[in-house]
Amino acid sequence: MKTVRILLWLPLVAFLAILGLVSSGLLKPHDTTVVSQMVGKPLPAFTLASARTGEGAVTGKGFADGRPRLLNIFGSWCVPCIAEAPQLMALKQAGVTIEGIAVRDRPGDVGEFLQRNGDPYDRIGLDDQAVLQVALGSSGVPESFLIDGKGIIRAQHIGEIRPEDVPGLIETLKAIR
Amino acid sequence: MRRRFALAALLLAPAALRADPVLAPEPLAYTQLPDAKQEARAQALMQTLRCVVCQGQSIADSDADLAGDMRAIVRQRIAAGESPEAIRAWMVARYGRWVSYRPTVEPVTWPLWGAPLVLLLIGGFLARQAFRRRRRG
Amino acid sequence: MIAETGLAALWIAAALALLQACLGLGALGREGAPLMRAVRPVAVVQALMTLTAFGALLLVFWRTDLSVKLVAEESATTLPAMYRIAGAWGNHEGSMLLWVTILALSGAAVALLERRLPERTLAATIAAQAVIALGFFAFLLFSSNPFARLPVPPVEGSGFNPLLQDPGLAFHPPTLYVGYVGLSVAFSFAVGALLTRDVGPAFARAMRPWVLGAWVFLTIGITAGSYWAYYELGWGGWWFWDPTENASLMPWLAATALLHSVTVLATRDGLRAWTVMLAVVAFSMSMVGTFLVRSGILTSVHAFALDPRRGAFILVLLALYIGGALALFGARIATVKEGNRFDPVSREGALVVNNLLLSAILGIVLIGTLYPLAVESMTGEKLSVGPPYFNAAAGPLALILVALVAVGPVMRWRREDVAAVARRVAVPGAITLMALVAVLLLAPGMRLLPLLGLVLAVGTGAASIAPLWKRNLRRTPLFTWGMVVAHLGVSVSLAGMASESAFTKETLVAARPGETVRVGPYVVCFAAIDPVAAENYTAVQATLIATRGAAQPITLQPEQRTFDNPPQQTSESAIATRLDGQLYAVVGEQVPGGRWQLRLWWKPFVTLIWAGGALIALGGALSLLGRTLPRRRPKVEQDGYARAY
Repeated sequence: MKTVRILLWLPLVAFLAILGLVSSGLLKPHDTTVVSQMVGKPLPAFTLASARTGEGAVTGKGFADGRPRLLNIFGSWCVPCIAEAPQLMALKQAGVTIEGIAVRDRPGDVGEFLQRNGDPYDRIGLDDQAVLQVALGSSGVPESFLIDGKGIIRAQHIGEIRPEDVPGLIETLKAIR
Repeated sequence: MRRRFALAALLLAPAALRADPVLAPEPLAYTQLPDAKQEARAQALMQTLRCVVCQGQSIADSDADLAGDMRAIVRQRIAAGESPEAIRAWMVARYGRWVSYRPTVEPVTWPLWGAPLVLLLIGGFLARQAFRRRRRG
Repeated sequence: MIAETGLAALWIAAALALLQACLGLGALGREGAPLMRAVRPVAVVQALMTLTAFGALLLVFWRTDLSVKLVAEESATTLPAMYRIAGAWGNHEGSMLLWVTILALSGAAVALLERRLPERTLAATIAAQAVIALGFFAFLLFSSNPFARLPVPPVEGSGFNPLLQDPGLAFHPPTLYVGYVGLSVAFSFAVGALLTRDVGPAFARAMRPWVLGAWVFLTIGITAGSYWAYYELGWGGWWFWDPTENASLMPWLAATALLHSVTVLATRDGLRAWTVMLAVVAFSMSMVGTFLVRSGILTSVHAFALDPRRGAFILVLLALYIGGALALFGARIATVKEGNRFDPVSREGALVVNNLLLSAILGIVLIGTLYPLAVESMTGEKLSVGPPYFNAAAGPLALILVALVAVGPVMRWRREDVAAVARRVAVPGAITLMALVAVLLLAPGMRLLPLLGLVLAVGTGAASIAPLWKRNLRRTPLFTWGMVVAHLGVSVSLAGMASESAFTKETLVAARPGETVRVGPYVVCFAAIDPVAAENYTAVQATLIATRGAAQPITLQPEQRTFDNPPQQTSESAIATRLDGQLYAVVGEQVPGGRWQLRLWWKPFVTLIWAGGALIALGGALSLLGRTLPRRRPKVEQDGYARAY
């Protein structure tokens, strides 16, 4: 009988638990970004055609040469990529090595985009079917990954790089050298 | 961004707004594998992978470009003989457990998978109590 | 002026709700009878005032009065007339006003129509209903005012979500809301009965029609919503286990359990505490569900993006109402006189198992829906709980439940002999076995769940009409017909689900006009692709001609629509319904080589899913008529569905 008496309060307890859960969910704004799980893991191997005529294929092999890099995923069709272009140029000015991955893009369009917005890239690979993008666990364009000198992915930056992000990125790149 | 089944547009505008990419998707993003058995396996898997752009739907249903690319990857890997579970694990290694609509069985989901049993036990206990109490008198 | 009138009506209604709550509670005391007489008119005027407010909202939307903020944000002058009106509840504020309107109307209906409930319990019930209404009035007036004006009206409104521009909008939310909010009556009844400690067969008989009514609307709302999603989204699926769908399913599960337990209470005076509990839970699920999907806490397709202040407001309301009712339950129910005893092998025993299974499924849906939130708040990790979990966890229980539909109704009340039940289900049992053999032979290699579903659907379909066997059909009470029709609906729906899941044929191609593709038994010719223009969108329209054997060819014209205000593209599927299934076509993007993406499905017997839902609702409506219409009642007939034959 006693257990039954206690059970009568069980619904209230269950409801309070749900209430607590929901209020915690309400306090913390719902974050819908999908973060890559590849941070901390080696850059996946890839071979992509270059977006620049006359250049050889872009591969992941050269990444473990001791130099940290910023791997920027972009597209000439992508509006925020235009917005982040000046920041990429600023990073290049600061001595950052930037590699580009153009997703679902054509070389001609990429060339036009770079002519208009500046070209901060060492090399640019064409990721026609977003194979590398998916292999990196990236869920949108633009996105950037920081790769250390051993070819390990150390950080992911989701969305366009804003002016206020630049110093932090330079710091991180220095730290992961 | 082509959010054709634009429920997604109600949902979220992730990191950025995008224009239309010019390049056509890989045909396997929107056509089937010739082998019906392989296609059935791929379809079953795609139904349970969550689109990272339009987060309320599976990659089989989503019209986001990235979902199409992921469909192509799934079909290519199935055609190459990879098992659906290996592909799911590959996706989870990239996007986290979030990408799989089917929760994996591991400590963090034990309460979830145990829930039906626990609920039935509690219910059975309540019902038994009621019956026993009632029979005694 | 219209907007101000609406706002004033809303304020008056809120004041009346306050008055009604005080009068109702006052009537609980001694000498309460005069107060009780005043309660009824107050409840009715409150409903009329709310209705006036809702009418004002419809009017400003109909006229597209852009000086009203809500209209400017959610509508446009270019919208077709139907969506200018239905758009009134296609947004947060408007749908909350609709919710409150239905709440006030159901309160007035209780005050006017309810004659069976003991006077004191009725007073407490009406007070409870007024308290609920008061909270939602406050919510509307203080944080979601639909009548707020803009200082400078814009030249044109921001338009209305194209996905909602569908006849389904005119129909689906209002029916679903009547169901959700109708359950508030059962909730108030339970609170009233807890206050007066008067839980018994009379209470159950009084509550039953209200539960039935709400349940019928909920069933229609869910069925219509499922079909709407099926044709509007263009994915060919009919149920996605999206949080919003779960939010509508949970109150339905609780209400279904309540319908069955209230019968035990009415007939055998058993399950007193449990029935009261379910009445509280059913409406609580309506409120929690509505809040959860609107708050944007869960990733859902229906989120209205509630701002945190509004979210907190609703959360406080929920805490007060649900927490209060559950606390009252914990404190009071032990002092309610215990119900009757009964034997486990009996009709009431079967109904207890029914309730056990329905509650377990409800628990699974609730836990599955909230689990990602729980894990994220505890570990910070994101995970998804989707269809594979719900199907695997709830599917088997649902199948057992359906099997129970075959057995329960042919069992006697009080005490039953197992052998006698076995004899009664022998014929349906044999039919089930034959169905199993037939399916194994005709469709080898079916997956287990659809296989069991199909076989059980056949067996239960046969068993569900067993209670009519050897009865004088003309003298069979309406509520028995109701039960039979509803149970038949369950098996019809299950058959559709199993068939859709097992036999759907899919064809995804990129085709040029003039090319031919196959899907299931059909040969589909891609005849043409043309631009078309309509009132507020332009589209490309594919013309597909499907032929099967010598039958008349079917023309399907799926569209790809482009809306300007707001800019959005939608895909309009084309569906042809035949007796044995549906042919479903979607046209996608253009790809190189002048080809177009086409998605075609042949879905055998898929319509049974919704036909079954309609039958379930019809059964509920028949039962409701049987319970409320004055009738001659045979003396030997026990109160309950049917006598065992």
